[in-house]
Amino acid sequence: MLPTQPSPDFAALEAGLDALDAPQDARRPGWRRFLRAVLPPVVALLLILLVWQALWAAAFWPEYKLPAPLAVWGAFWDRVRDGEALSILWTSIHRAVLGFLAGMVIATPLGLLVAKVRLVRSAIGPLLTGLQSLPSVAWVPAAILWFGLNDAAIYFVVLLGSVPSIANGLVAGVDQIPPILPRVGRALGAGRLATATHILMPAALPGYLAGLKQGWAFSWRSLMAAELIATSPKLGIGLGTYLNQGQAFNDMPTVIAAILLILLVGVGIELVVFRPMERSVLRTRGLTGALS
Amino acid sequence: MTTVLEVATADLDADAAVRLAGVRKTFGRGRDIVTALDGVDLAVAPGEFVCLLGASGCGKSTLLNLVAGLDEPSAGSITLRTSRPAVMFQEAALMPWLTAARNVELPLRLAGLGRVARRERAAELLDLVRLSGVGRKRPHELSGGMRQRVALARALASAHDPAESQEGRDPALLLMDEPFAALDAITRDVLQGELLRVWRAIDAAVLFVTHDVREAVRLGQRVVLLSSRPGRVVQQWNTTDESDAAETTEEITARLREVISSHAAA
Repeated sequence: MLPTQPSPDFAALEAGLDALDAPQDARRPGWRRFLRAVLPPVVALLLILLVWQALWAAAFWPEYKLPAPLAVWGAFWDRVRDGEALSILWTSIHRAVLGFLAGMVIATPLGLLVAKVRLVRSAIGPLLTGLQSLPSVAWVPAAILWFGLNDAAIYFVVLLGSVPSIANGLVAGVDQIPPILPRVGRALGAGRLATATHILMPAALPGYLAGLKQGWAFSWRSLMAAELIATSPKLGIGLGTYLNQGQAFNDMPTVIAAILLILLVGVGIELVVFRPMERSVLRTRGLTGALS
Repeated sequence: MTTVLEVATADLDADAAVRLAGVRKTFGRGRDIVTALDGVDLAVAPGEFVCLLGASGCGKSTLLNLVAGLDEPSAGSITLRTSRPAVMFQEAALMPWLTAARNVELPLRLAGLGRVARRERAAELLDLVRLSGVGRKRPHELSGGMRQRVALARALASAHDPAESQEGRDPALLLMDEPFAALDAITRDVLQGELLRVWRAIDAAVLFVTHDVREAVRLGQRVVLLSSRPGRVVQQWNTTDESDAAETTEEITARLREVISSHAAA
């Protein structure tokens, strides 16, 4: 144990300062935060449904252009009852998740290379940023010609959608690390490897997470585009294919049901997977300005 | 305190905690070469508190970085007879994703200490800086002064290894680069007192960089004035006698102004 000389007055002074200076944490009770988070989108959704129903009732457009909300629900419910909804969702979601995970595996070392090796950065950094703004639908024709109408073509398109976003997110995360942190790390005795694992990686996490989030959104979009264009019995029916079928049969309720499902999955994964991760990462670092 | 000083003066030449001999540091090359430090000779005895004082550009921070091993001198030699120096910067620079306690544990973890030993040592150090209650808090939940105290505890954790310090214990060395410059006046005053208390408790040599003459005189046993561009040792004062602190402060301030004014002509 370390010997410390007691000096009670000074201790009291310091405790007082600590009490005065430490930031106060004021959080609303849980149920109120929940209401504030959930109520506005639910009300907005109900309003949209209401407007939709009203527009349909006014019969501005023929039924085959604007079906009733209930008709769309019916189209969706039919697929649920004959069990196809699950298989359609499964086909698309497992492709998107696999593609996204593969994208992560490729993009993470790539992003680290671009962030830490100057030559690599100047060589492929701009290309990576350019690819990010290129809609990955543009790759579908090339993918079909190279790989044929099969899963490889679809995964290729998904990868090209997700890899640039994830890699760029990681690069941004590494670039935004305050230089004092690795310096402190060295002063505390961290070698190159320890600096990477104990300081650089956790410090880059918020940027990396933002990249992953965007990468997921791009994976999902690219997959829908690929499924919509590349249809073949060999490929099975995903959400994009389902949407395509709706168009082929002039079946507007199916088209809208498919669009809503695509939206639902995108939003669902964001809410269930990424939002909680992002929240916990930002909250532990006190970056709550964007959250409260 | 007097005894510490006697030991210090006696051992100054024999086994100083740090010895700088003819240290020179330049940045850049060719025509853009900048000499930050030139021919600096300095020795700090074990347990001695030395303040490095100087205006901007005197290479105070460069000097500290060299001693900390974060940079290499261009010429001359730096000899440390201590364990790894504990370094503190102007910013607390706590890892924002770790709690206060985990921040203190970080250097112990890097040194490969087991979990139980880490916890114990971190609790001990947080207790030393009187923050035993806030180990579970994150840096953003602490005030600036509290963060700087956590940083002090963390720096001390990197210096001491209690496992090997039982026998043949190396003296500790604390390097501080204007650690209180960014704090408000009240907090700075309290932390200066806190630092003196901790220093007496752990018996470490301290090399403390500041541009505040008052702070230097209050804290240091010895104040070393550096010139600017290039940094050289201009003069040293012994400041252990607290009765004439005001006088010493004035004298040092006058000398510092002289040094700064000389740059107006050049």
